[in-house]
Amino acid sequence: MTPPTSDTPLDAIIGKDEFAAAASADSFDAELAKAGAHVTSRWGMALFLAKRYPLGGVGLAIVVIFVLVAVLAPYITTHDPLATNPAISLAAPSAAHPMGADFMGRDLFSRVVYGARTSLAVAFGATILGVFFGVLIGLASGYLGGWVDLATQRIIDMLQSLPTLILAMAMAAALGPSLTNTIIAIAIPKLPSIARVIRASTLSLREMPFVEAARAMGMSEMRIAMRHILPNTLAPLIVLATAGLGTAILVEASLSFLGLGVPEPHPSWGRMLSESAAEYVRTAPWLVIFPGVAITFAVFGTNLLGDALRDLLDPRQRTSN
Amino acid sequence: MNNVLETESADAPAKSAAAKTVLEVAGLKTYFFVRQGIVKAVDDMSFSLKAGEKLAIVGESGCGKSMTALSILRLVPDPPGRIVAGSVRLDGRDLLKLSEAEMRKVRGNHISMIFQEPMTSLNPVWSIGNQISEAVMLHQNVSRHEAFEKAVEMLQLVKIPEAARRAREYPHQLSGGMRQRAMTAMALACNPHVLLADEPTTALDVTIQAQILDLILELQERLGTAVVLITHDLGVVAETAQRVIVMYGGKKVEEAAVVELFEAPLHPYTQGLLAAVPHLAAMSGLAPARSRLKEIPGIVPALVNLPKGCTFAPRCAFASDVCRNEFPPYETKRPGHNVACWHSNQLDGVRHA
Repeated sequence: MTPPTSDTPLDAIIGKDEFAAAASADSFDAELAKAGAHVTSRWGMALFLAKRYPLGGVGLAIVVIFVLVAVLAPYITTHDPLATNPAISLAAPSAAHPMGADFMGRDLFSRVVYGARTSLAVAFGATILGVFFGVLIGLASGYLGGWVDLATQRIIDMLQSLPTLILAMAMAAALGPSLTNTIIAIAIPKLPSIARVIRASTLSLREMPFVEAARAMGMSEMRIAMRHILPNTLAPLIVLATAGLGTAILVEASLSFLGLGVPEPHPSWGRMLSESAAEYVRTAPWLVIFPGVAITFAVFGTNLLGDALRDLLDPRQRTSN
Repeated sequence: MNNVLETESADAPAKSAAAKTVLEVAGLKTYFFVRQGIVKAVDDMSFSLKAGEKLAIVGESGCGKSMTALSILRLVPDPPGRIVAGSVRLDGRDLLKLSEAEMRKVRGNHISMIFQEPMTSLNPVWSIGNQISEAVMLHQNVSRHEAFEKAVEMLQLVKIPEAARRAREYPHQLSGGMRQRAMTAMALACNPHVLLADEPTTALDVTIQAQILDLILELQERLGTAVVLITHDLGVVAETAQRVIVMYGGKKVEEAAVVELFEAPLHPYTQGLLAAVPHLAAMSGLAPARSRLKEIPGIVPALVNLPKGCTFAPRCAFASDVCRNEFPPYETKRPGHNVACWHSNQLDGVRHA
């Protein structure tokens, strides 16, 4: 129904069929269904939310597939991702090798699938590490205030003044190539944004009457910070962490592309690109296309999920259930 | 109104006279050190509270009522605030001399506080049962399960229907009145000797106010808790308290049994407060002359660098030179009736309108 303009006669609006229908009980049911009143179970709620945020549902599906592929890699793949076979060097995609083979004759499909493990390890590892220390720093900074706040915030300023990739590169170069070091190198540039968000929430939360009430009940400052302030910061934290997964995958790929990321023998999408981009992009484009598509989908999926979670956890849209 | 008062407190002083003193505040001074100078939020406050007694502290906003309560619990925001002098004895032990760790064992356990804003005084992310049982586990050596049962029991005690189900609900699912009941349940869960109620009904609508007051009174009689009720509402005082302290500008200006105070107030500020209570007869025109609601001229002084002399002098119709130069001594004018006013002898017998 188009919004009536001011000069629309009243009976013209009331006379409309939709308007009459809106008053009937049937359309109330439709309205209720739209608001999720029919949902009773947890799975029903998940399905309802997936319908309400279709893009988020797609994002979640991609992330779930991504995780499943990584976990089930040995059962999905047909070849050892590290086994070389000169006979199939640079082979085009075929039934036996659905994504072809690279210069060393390694099955590309197996490598892309195992690459999901590397990306997953780096993305989740860096996010967990970054969230853990970011929360710790942000909470301490916001709750304690004073010189602790001042000192940590200046360090955060310094970290934030460098672009993510430059900082990660510097860290990776300083730490040397290994899976753990790549995770650390990617986690450190994550700290500032997480610490800032947690600090900002903590600053407003610590002035809430329930904090004073908790103090009046005899709770220690540590307990108040961990049990009463931290859980209230979870909504922005979840959004930030999910959205950060995609960045972590991208940064890992970039680092590996530059030769600073995950070293051999772990298959890495970024390194697969860098190894083949210059030499074989014309002769064997599948070597570039498939890892590239994998990166794109993984980042796309986590970003969609992150956006949907941001909408879902936005307090203005939160419904009581 | 006066009839109600007399019947209610007829036997109260006799009962409380025998009881032992649980809380004794003496010479309490809480100052705030700010750029503009020293704010004497609580200045030389003294009172004592017997077991099971109901004491009301009244005064306008910013007169130091809440700060008195926060000082007792040592929760004054520091900086800028600090308790600079005095003692707060709970069962003979000076709370101001305890370490912070010892003080935490007192808060919520021996002295509890109910706050003004039931809407925001509960943590939105935990169920109310969870929050009450947390308080129980903090002070009593019980399992999570036992603590939760205690929480449900407390919710029943504060008359929340379907307590077992409600205990699993979150603050946003409860109405303001329900939340204040839950707060009361939490404050009383560890059976404290003293309950500090800081305007517990101010944020609630009038019908709920009466329910919450009745509830607090009923529970304090059942549990034998002494209550310090902080309020600006004289109606609440008349309904609940046995003894009243009137505060003005951080100082106690008058203290008396509730009937005595309402019948024969000796401080001009108290008289002004009582005169400012709207009376139904006068307001509705049933009285011989329909009169305008009385007010106390002027505003509460800023507590920064108060002038010497009586803090009420600038607003007082009876103020003389001595009032403007020296704070009056705190004197017992009648049995149990203390007042700090130079002219209280002349004012005795002056009835408020």
